[in-house]
Amino acid sequence: MALLEAKNLSVSFDTSDGIVKAVKNIDFAIAPGECLGIVGESGSGKSQTFLAAMGLLPKNGHASGSVTLNGTEILNLPINKLNSIRGSSMAMIFQDPLTALTPHLKVGEQMQESLGIHQGLSGRKARKHCLDWLDKVRMPEAERRLEQYPHELSGGMRQRVMIAMAMLNNPKLLIADEPTTALDVTVQAEILDLIADLQKNEGTAVALITHDMGVVARMCDRIEVMRYGAYVESGSADDIFYAPKHEYTQRLLSAMPRLDTVQEDRVKIDAEKLLTVNDVKVHFPIAMSKGLFPKKVPLKAVDGVSFDIMAGETLGVVGESGCGKSTLARAVLQLIPPSSGAVSWLGHDLASMPKSELKQYRKDLQIVFQDPLASLDPRMTIADSIAEPLKTFRPDMTVRERKRKVEEMMERVGLEQSMINRYPHELSGGQNQRVGVARAMINKPRLIICDEAVSALDVSIQAQIVALLKELQDEFGMSMIFISHDLSVVRDVSDRIMVLYLGRVVELAHADAIYKDARHPYTKSLISAVPIPDPKIEKSRSRLKIPGELPSPLNPRAALRFLPSKLRAGEMTYIPKLQETTPGHWVAEHDPLDVILAGDPLADQALVS
Amino acid sequence: MFGKNVKHQDLANEVNAELNVKGRSLLRDARDRFVRNKAAMASLFIMIFIALFTIVGPYFAVWSNEEIDWNRMGDIARQGVPNLENGHFFGLDELGRDMYARVIQATTISLLVGLIGAFMALVVGTLYGTISGFVGGRVDSIMMRIVDILMAIPGTLVIILLLVVAGRSFVMLFIALGAVSWLTMARIVRGQTLALKNREFIEAARAAGVSETVIMFRHILPNLMGVVIVYASLLVPDMILAESFISFLGLGISEPYTSLGRLIAEGAGTMAYGTLWQLAFPLTFYVAIIISMFFIGDGLRDALDPKDR
Repeated sequence: MALLEAKNLSVSFDTSDGIVKAVKNIDFAIAPGECLGIVGESGSGKSQTFLAAMGLLPKNGHASGSVTLNGTEILNLPINKLNSIRGSSMAMIFQDPLTALTPHLKVGEQMQESLGIHQGLSGRKARKHCLDWLDKVRMPEAERRLEQYPHELSGGMRQRVMIAMAMLNNPKLLIADEPTTALDVTVQAEILDLIADLQKNEGTAVALITHDMGVVARMCDRIEVMRYGAYVESGSADDIFYAPKHEYTQRLLSAMPRLDTVQEDRVKIDAEKLLTVNDVKVHFPIAMSKGLFPKKVPLKAVDGVSFDIMAGETLGVVGESGCGKSTLARAVLQLIPPSSGAVSWLGHDLASMPKSELKQYRKDLQIVFQDPLASLDPRMTIADSIAEPLKTFRPDMTVRERKRKVEEMMERVGLEQSMINRYPHELSGGQNQRVGVARAMINKPRLIICDEAVSALDVSIQAQIVALLKELQDEFGMSMIFISHDLSVVRDVSDRIMVLYLGRVVELAHADAIYKDARHPYTKSLISAVPIPDPKIEKSRSRLKIPGELPSPLNPRAALRFLPSKLRAGEMTYIPKLQETTPGHWVAEHDPLDVILAGDPLADQALVS
Repeated sequence: MFGKNVKHQDLANEVNAELNVKGRSLLRDARDRFVRNKAAMASLFIMIFIALFTIVGPYFAVWSNEEIDWNRMGDIARQGVPNLENGHFFGLDELGRDMYARVIQATTISLLVGLIGAFMALVVGTLYGTISGFVGGRVDSIMMRIVDILMAIPGTLVIILLLVVAGRSFVMLFIALGAVSWLTMARIVRGQTLALKNREFIEAARAAGVSETVIMFRHILPNLMGVVIVYASLLVPDMILAESFISFLGLGISEPYTSLGRLIAEGAGTMAYGTLWQLAFPLTFYVAIIISMFFIGDGLRDALDPKDR
């Protein structure tokens, strides 16, 4: 018998624009111990389905139909009855583990709260129970964590706490709503492993809501594909991935960039060297103590990065959050002045140039931002936004000429002419990102920096924007620096790839070389953590886990995480050097992989303190 | 015959451009939301009615505000009662002057005080706050410390001192009210500017080579408009209240001019002699103005910041 069964479930919202139907008459069932994946893009209603089942809809939401848990109806139960089910029979974990934890309560206190309600446990017994579960979710130094506040934990650890809290009362069903979307790939891999283990060892059924086909391929037995509030296709993981029937599923699968596809060699690159970045450092002084004259410690966001870009080339920059990718982009554009080092554009050093002179080079250097809505002025029509660079660099143009140029560019990036007077809030994320691309392209720059330009978009939109960028590159021949945390996308667009770790380059090589022949342990662990949307490959892959947490970039010894031999030798300030192992393949110095995997208590201590 | 006529083509293009879907700007959205807010709309109509009354009202007045009705001034309590026949619609005041004309005059002045005071605060505060927030760094620290110091001095005291030292006059009253009211405005605007300054679209403008001054006027100021409008609309009743308080103390507007605050003060003084109308009429106008301005301000906030509701 099904554990959770929904029949004819509909969810609608009263909004000022009328009634919006978020979920339309769907049926699904989850058997005990299985993992059901619900895949869909944003706005497809996948979260609302389960929020309705949990009775967590906002006030203007209405659910109808039937949801049964173990045969008892739970839809639209009064709150007091729901509370005895929520948390004990089914539990939910959310996307953002920081907002889902109460900031002023210690981890231990938060966890004991639900124990007191559902099992009547308190005091030492409850504490013991919490500790057990923190151990089960493989929380490092679990005992100390009980006394810490959520903000003291890293994103991955917070999500572990969330899972431990959800599992405290041994629920039959764990609903995971995009549990890893806000996390880095390596942390995502660990959390997914953890959920899979819980499912196996505790027999908990899991409903995994996600937009990422790779995650689904790795985790799920059965899959429901959701679109516009309805299920378009359902079946076993193999059916969906190897024999998708619905056109939308096929489109989703083909839109997903894959890490393991072989890239055909792209058009040859001109030999002209456009941009040379030499030993750029960006340090932010961070006050470590209070008082009138606090002690300042430099946060080395970017710490000695060098690379160059040829005309027409695409350089991919990957790294996890906090590795300095975005800061590097802004340092190259002189939006943040670098603390030291040189950025030279066709032989002119931009970093030492006065502002007035810099302006003429801005025409050739453009950027596309991550958040399409935030990067457009909400009070300007999109045509005005696109025309803005024209106003600065082509003051000779008449209003009509400028308008014609904007219209041309809008057409080129796939925006309808009729949208010319629209405002950003009326457009979808993908359309807004097209506006961002049009604005960057309007002066035909020679270098575009895409700072996570597709990360905030749905998979299918992401594919469209990537395709657009590639087309524009073929047409105008500009170079690109493509920054992303998503290795699959970077692989899809880049000629060469640079891997950043805490502000330093650890590996720089041709795109294929990085994926086929990664040398640095960090690169290896990154690549092995990326899920591939193919259940057979995904379930057979082994993962490389580097022990320990990511050290703080404020720690001067953090750079030596992959060189514990130097730490042991007492050379705490040693800086790993880049070495060219094969022509064009640069790797930072590191100890052999097995030494790092073995872990070194002494080195770990040096990194934590 | 049907050759290419450039002029016609251009005309056609222009017509086409007009036919393009007109975007709904944030301000238009806000206006739609405001129109749907019944309390705010009703208040807006009351305010329009009061404003019209101050313009049209004098044409119906039989007596001027300076004339003293000698025949009736001897027995105000009985003969000065509001009366449609003798032209004293709102009755007489203690000196035998026509309340109707006096209330119109007072309402005009109180509204002027509110609007001009709020406008001064708006201009000075917005400029000061934007510059402070946008330039940032040491300039910001110095500018904000100045505001802190000025804020530490009680506003009423500043107004009273200014009026006593420089003498009571219209101009001085506006200066005094403006001098205390821009401080909060500057702080609010600075906070908003700081938040806006780090938004990506400012960075995008910078990357597009737009100069800092242009960024301030083209990107920062228009985005501040929502907050500024809301706060200014809430400042209007504050200004009227402040002026009334000053006038109640006997400073502020002086004869032959008058304000609602003064009329209320006078009316309150003669309440005991059974001439309640001297208090009731100015008070009604006063309360109507204050309450509707607050409702309008609230409505504006809901309309401009739908997320904060």
